[in-house]
Amino acid sequence: MISLAGRDILHSWGKFVLTGFGLGLLIGVTLTMAGVYRGMVDDAKVLLTNSGADLWVVQKDTQGPYAESSSIKDDVYRQILGLSGVAQAANVTYLTMQVRNASRGGREERTMVVGFEPGQPGEPGYLMAGRRLVRSHYEAIADIGTGARLGDRLTIRRHEYEVVGLTRRMVSSGGDPMVFIPLKDAQEAQFLKDNDAVIADRARTAANPALNRPSVPGLLEAINASQSSNRNVNAVLVRVADGIAAESVARDIRRWKHLEAFTRAQMEDILIAKLIATAAKQIGMFLAILVIVSAAIVAFIIYTMTLGKIREIAVLKLIGTRNRTIASMILQQAMGLGLIGFVVGKIAATVWAPAFPKFVLLEPADAISGFMIVMVVCALASTLAIRAALKVDPAEAIGG
Amino acid sequence: MTATTDTGIHIAGLSKRYGAGDTAVDALKDVNMSVTPGEVIGLVGPSGSGKTTLLKCLGAVIEPTRGQMTLGGEVIYDQGWKIPDLRTLRRDRIGFVFQAPYLIPFLDVTDNVALLPMLAGRPNGESRARALELLQALDVAHRARAQVSELSGGEQQRVSIARALANQPPVILADEPTAPLDSERALAVMRILNQMARQYQTAIIVVTHDEKIIPTFKRIYHIRDGRTVEEAGEGREIE
Repeated sequence: MISLAGRDILHSWGKFVLTGFGLGLLIGVTLTMAGVYRGMVDDAKVLLTNSGADLWVVQKDTQGPYAESSSIKDDVYRQILGLSGVAQAANVTYLTMQVRNASRGGREERTMVVGFEPGQPGEPGYLMAGRRLVRSHYEAIADIGTGARLGDRLTIRRHEYEVVGLTRRMVSSGGDPMVFIPLKDAQEAQFLKDNDAVIADRARTAANPALNRPSVPGLLEAINASQSSNRNVNAVLVRVADGIAAESVARDIRRWKHLEAFTRAQMEDILIAKLIATAAKQIGMFLAILVIVSAAIVAFIIYTMTLGKIREIAVLKLIGTRNRTIASMILQQAMGLGLIGFVVGKIAATVWAPAFPKFVLLEPADAISGFMIVMVVCALASTLAIRAALKVDPAEAIGG
Repeated sequence: MTATTDTGIHIAGLSKRYGAGDTAVDALKDVNMSVTPGEVIGLVGPSGSGKTTLLKCLGAVIEPTRGQMTLGGEVIYDQGWKIPDLRTLRRDRIGFVFQAPYLIPFLDVTDNVALLPMLAGRPNGESRARALELLQALDVAHRARAQVSELSGGEQQRVSIARALANQPPVILADEPTAPLDSERALAVMRILNQMARQYQTAIIVVTHDEKIIPTFKRIYHIRDGRTVEEAGEGREIE
C-alpha cells in the first residue's frame, strides 16, 4: 500500500516546507528558551567549579556570597586554616559593577570583579592567553566575554588595571563575565569612596566632639585611617584535605566559628533552586505558552489542509478506504510537519544560540525531549482534523 | 416483484423515505430496475426526480427504506443490508464515475487507478500492472506517470473510468459523467463506457440529463417523482 500522507507531502512539498519552516522557527525559539535555562544552570555550576572550593564560608545567617551579600573580616581565613581537615583557605571578594575599558574607547561592560590571592582557591583555573598575576596591584585577568584584549586598560573605580591574562567561561551566576584582580585592590574597590566623599567624611568626623577630642592626640587621625581602609571580604573559599568530608568541616565552622559554611551541593542548591528559580519559572511559563501556540498553529494548519481535501476524502471513503487509513494519513502529515519543524528549529537554535549575549546550552537530551513533545503535540493537534475527516459522508462524492 | 438472481444488478420495489410523519418525503417509490452484464443503461430524469437518491442507494451509501437489491447474483439488500461491510462492498463490487473526475491530486495517474486494488489488499506490483492494463485499454497509458493536474479534462475522465474498473466490479455507477464535456468528448466517453462494459462484462448505469448522449442508450429508465418507467432507447451507434 502506498503512503497517502507521503504522496500528499511530496505533491505539495513547497507548502509543507514553508509551513514547517515557520513552525520550525517557533520550535527554534522554544529550544533556545530551554537552552537559556540550561545555560543559566551551567553558568552557576561553572562558577562553583571555577572557584576551586569545597566549602564557601560566609557571614552568619546569610546565603552569600552569590545569592546574598556577605561580609566577613579578612583574618577569618587564618582561624579556618587552623581547623582539622582544611587544606587551603583563601579570601575572595565579588563585586558586580560596570567596568570601563579605556583601550576600547571607554566602552563599559557589566562584569563581576573578583578579588583573589594568587595560587589560592578563587584564582581562574586556566588562561587562554597571557600570564597569571605577578604584581600585587593594578593587573587583571579578564574573561573574553568582557571584550578585553591583552594589554587593554580597565578602569575599576579610580584605578586602571592592565589586562595581563585572558580566560573564558568565567561568569557570574547572572552570566556576567568576570575580571580578576588582586584581593587588596578588590577590597579597596568595594569600599573606596571618591575624593569629595572622603573629604566630607573627614569633616563630619572632625565636627563630632566625641571623635575629635583635643585631649586624646592621634584619635582623629586613627579614626580617619580606619574609615578609609577596608578589612572585609565576601567569603573564604576552603579546600578540604583528601579523604575529609566537606560537610564535617562545614559543621565545625558553623559550630565553632559562628559563620555560615556551605558545601558544593548546598551552594548549587542556593544558586539553582533559589537564585535562578524565578527566572526558571519565567522561562517555564514562556515554554508552556510556546507549546500551546505551536499546537494551535499545527492544529489550524492541518485542519485547514484537511478541509481543503474534503471532496477527495469523500471519494476515498466512497471507494472503500478505511477510516483508519484516512486518520493515519492526516496523523502522518501532522507528524511530518512536526518533523520538518523540529529539524528547522534545531538548526535555527544551533545557528543563533552563539549570538546570544548569555550562554545558551543546547543539550542533546533536551532536543530528544523536545522532539518527543513536538510529535505528541502534532498528534494531538491532528485530532481536530481527523475528527472532521471522519465525519465526511461518502455520499458527498455523489451528486452536485 | 422479486429481483432476478443472475449477474448484473437488479432491484425490485425499492423505496426511500426521508424524514417521518408529516414532513416525510418519498424520494423513491417501488423502483424496479435490471441491468445485465455488458449493458449500459441510462437513468434519466429532471432535477429532484430521485436520480441521485437512487444512485446513492445503489452505491450503498444510503440505506433504502424497503425493497430488494441483488448484485452479481447475491442479495445485498432485502428490507435491510445483507452485507455487513458496505465499505468492502463499495470497494470490490461497485465502481464509481463522477461528474467531475475527482481523482486524488497527490497521486499520479497509475496510482490513482492502482489505489483500489491496493486498498483491497493486492500487492503494489500487481495493482500497478492492472492499472496499466486499464490505462492501455482506455488509451491513456502514455500519461501513466503524469500528475492529475497535467491531464486534460477528457483524459481525467478516462482515468476515472479506469479507476472504476480497477477491481473488476460487476456494476459501475456513473453520475452525469459527460456533463462538463462538449458533444464530441461526451460521445467519446460514452463510446468508452460501452466498450468497457462489453470488454469487462460490467453493468453500467449512467445517470444523465445530457440530451447529447441519451440516443446512445439501448434501454432507458425514466425517473419522475421517485418512480421509474423503462423504455427502449435508440441505441444509436457512436462513431
